[in-house]
Amino acid sequence: MKIAIVDYGAGNLPSVERALWKLGAETERATEPAQVTGAKAVVLPGVGHFAAFVAGLRERKLTSPLRSAFEAGVPILGICLGLQAMFASSEEAPGDPGLGFFPEEVRALPTNVKSPHIGWNQVRRMRESKLLRGIPDDAYFYFAHSFAAPASAKATVAACDHGVSFAAVIEQGNLAAVQFHPEKSGETGALVLRNFLELAA
Amino acid sequence: MTLARRIIPCLDVDSGRVVKGVEFEGLRDMGDPAELAARYNREGADELVVLDISASFEGRSTFLGTIQSVAEQLNIPLTAGGGIRTMNEGRAVLRAGADKVTVNTAAVDRPELISELSQQFGAQAVVLSLDVKRKGDSWEAYTRGGRTATGRDAVEWAAEAVSRGAGEILLTSIDRDGTCSGFDCELTAKIASTVPVPVIASGGANTFEDFLAVFTKGQADAGLAASIFHSETHSIRALKKFLVERGVPIRLSR
Repeated sequence: MKIAIVDYGAGNLPSVERALWKLGAETERATEPAQVTGAKAVVLPGVGHFAAFVAGLRERKLTSPLRSAFEAGVPILGICLGLQAMFASSEEAPGDPGLGFFPEEVRALPTNVKSPHIGWNQVRRMRESKLLRGIPDDAYFYFAHSFAAPASAKATVAACDHGVSFAAVIEQGNLAAVQFHPEKSGETGALVLRNFLELAA
Repeated sequence: MTLARRIIPCLDVDSGRVVKGVEFEGLRDMGDPAELAARYNREGADELVVLDISASFEGRSTFLGTIQSVAEQLNIPLTAGGGIRTMNEGRAVLRAGADKVTVNTAAVDRPELISELSQQFGAQAVVLSLDVKRKGDSWEAYTRGGRTATGRDAVEWAAEAVSRGAGEILLTSIDRDGTCSGFDCELTAKIASTVPVPVIASGGANTFEDFLAVFTKGQADAGLAASIFHSETHSIRALKKFLVERGVPIRLSR
């Protein structure tokens, strides 16, 4: 069985795909419900606008297979906008509900700092993290986003500060998500992906 | 926990080769883009910028292939641009593997291009490339590779571009470019303190101290250079170590 990379019609799919191949994973671009349903693990990458993301999932009828995968315990990794889409809603698109795996609302970063938050930043661990296993506490990760889930979200395992504390790494049962881009975070990012593949093995 | 300042090598590409402009002598070949990209990825660059400076249609037509071959070498972010005129050209650059696209001339001619790209791909994917020359007490924006004066104040144009959805500014001082006399810190600080998005300083970098100055006095979020890295005058690792020792927040890769 393969790892399904959800292809909602935009985003950084090729770089995520390449990063997983380098780790020996077999992947498939999932554009149809059956490809999500049959996967042994699902990666939900994404960049751009929250509304375009949830609309892309809806148009491809991928929303309910993703929910079923979540309920069936299939490991799911959200990346950047993919993390945000796992929440109930986002200030970026008030009328468009997210997947709702987590109850909190994604919010805009504050205006007292530069936004988008672009560049390499460190994270602060709040609980033991499976995705960050083997990665030094002072490691840097590449971020590129204007919205974020609050650090107070129940599933947050590591936070990052940029004007406000926000969720950088999220883990709860079979769900995992990162606000940074592991596929763009050098060797450190590759370790995060490797840790996810081990969870999915 | 601090957002690190970035060190960004830039590849100026003409017809599939990395080149360096030498005044009055034309272009000097500096190597294969994918090979240089692999080297910078290994040496700890925080990001890579690839700009198409091809004058000919034939040269430009190979650029998407260059982006693709460069992207395959990287596990760091890639910014690409040069002559992007339309939404579809921007999309093609991102599809080829770039994370961000730069716009310059076409955005001055038709600022809506920035809004369109930003709405479609997000502000984090749209970089305004701003080429600037000093004009008395202010600065003027230039287009067409620094050949055409726009009559627009650089600070005012930067602010408009950001309000239209540019998520970052790649700021090049034409006065300093290629002179090895250091970044224009005054210009960089002016733009960086005016716009609420990150600013990448470019033009004039020669020494480690130039980078230190642009990160402190210039308030830059990132420093970009080309030939001093290509020619191995400076290694990225040594530059980063120098900056860390002077208290600049920098990512040291392992």
